[in-house]
Amino acid sequence: MKYTYYPGCSVHATANIYQNSIDAVAPALGLELEELEDWNCCGATAYMSVKELMSFSISARNLALAEPHHRDVVTPCSACYTVLNKTNHYLAEYPELRQKVGQALEAGGLSYGGGVRVRHLLDVVVNDVGYEKIASLVRRRLAGLKVAPYYGCQIVRPETEFDDPDEPTTMNKLIEALGAECIDYRMKTVCCGASLMGTQEDLALRLCKNLLLDAELKGAHCLVTTCPLCQMNLDVYQGKINALFKTKFNIPIIYFTQLIGVSLGLPLRELGLNRLAVKLTKPMKELFEGAVNG
Amino acid sequence: MLDRDIVAEYKLDHDFLSEIYALPGGQEIKKCIQCGTCSSSCPLSYVMDHGPRKIFSLIRAGFRDEVLSSNTIWFCSSCYTCAVRCPKSIKITDVMYALKRLAVKEGKTKGKKAVILSKNFARMVNTYGRNHETELMARYIIEADLVHALKFVPQGWKLFSNRRLPLLPHRMKNIDQLKKILRKVDELGEI
Repeated sequence: MKYTYYPGCSVHATANIYQNSIDAVAPALGLELEELEDWNCCGATAYMSVKELMSFSISARNLALAEPHHRDVVTPCSACYTVLNKTNHYLAEYPELRQKVGQALEAGGLSYGGGVRVRHLLDVVVNDVGYEKIASLVRRRLAGLKVAPYYGCQIVRPETEFDDPDEPTTMNKLIEALGAECIDYRMKTVCCGASLMGTQEDLALRLCKNLLLDAELKGAHCLVTTCPLCQMNLDVYQGKINALFKTKFNIPIIYFTQLIGVSLGLPLRELGLNRLAVKLTKPMKELFEGAVNG
Repeated sequence: MLDRDIVAEYKLDHDFLSEIYALPGGQEIKKCIQCGTCSSSCPLSYVMDHGPRKIFSLIRAGFRDEVLSSNTIWFCSSCYTCAVRCPKSIKITDVMYALKRLAVKEGKTKGKKAVILSKNFARMVNTYGRNHETELMARYIIEADLVHALKFVPQGWKLFSNRRLPLLPHRMKNIDQLKKILRKVDELGEI
């Protein structure tokens, strides 16, 4: 299965461990991810806050570049997914926007006919590869590992077609297919604060504290995420949360592709699991480095 | 006792509503039935000057300054929970974006850190075609929070020591094409 891959800016920087795990896992799952040649930033939430038409136009440039390849565009970043997907929907829905973005693209010698389907990597993994195939590839048993599935916001809202905005289940089923135990995580779609961690740190820290607290109360050993910003907020700021709220969280925050990689029997280093801010706990490390069958 | 300020009718801005209607997605607020689903869904309404429901009400009544100077629009983190739950399908997050841009345009954003972050983000994209997270953080800290620069050190170190904070930007190649697109948007004018 071949896809046009849109990595997004974060996986080349603060989320490079996400990219490591995708590089390691995709071939094993039979996914061929061909990077979109010369892609640009999607604009994220920040660009939209200051310029609307520019934001839609730069986002549409990526769709225009992808269209001639006639393949689904796949991105591992929830923010990129929401922005590209939203651009796609809005260009179809609002003729005036479509016309202006069309003119802007034309100035760059591009055009976009609306024929691209934008998907999140999680969607591709659970629906195109499928739970059964993944379960059949499991080489390392994760029995006893309690996992909190944290979807966050922008993978399930606002325009998502592959899961429910309030009560998503795809990652739950994936975790179970890998043989781990998925906890009933009520905070699974509550916001981590996103870029407020930079601008209103007190508020974002409190949101993240609540996310970690629910995971801890349910006995989760780790929290699995699909978004670079969620991962950074919960991972890199966990020490600060502990200091501020007098908590003792020690919950590794790992990408869903890293968990898949561990199940497939891949080495932790190859999956970037040695470069988390909150290191794997000793029992988790032993489990993750445990015997591989077959 | 409920403490209320009374605002004289003549102090309200009756053009504000029509201006909001003219914004993309602005007409949406006509549909609001003041049910409060948005405010009760919002993870941050508890710290907002006014929750989203009240913002809609204030817009209709003409409270221009209260709306555009409120922290509400900048505390919205675009989680879209309100938008997917709204029984009238109002794209509330988009209305918040529109209010952000209007507040920026009218200079009602003094000291708003989110604006400094957003503007520097756009600058990264306009320069490299991609966001250079390390430089963005550095520029943001210098401009928005230099006195507290030290508080960012532990997190920066955690990223850097785990080789997750590249010092050089990741540039796109055909930046000229992107710039042509941006220039054209400038000519066309924002929507």
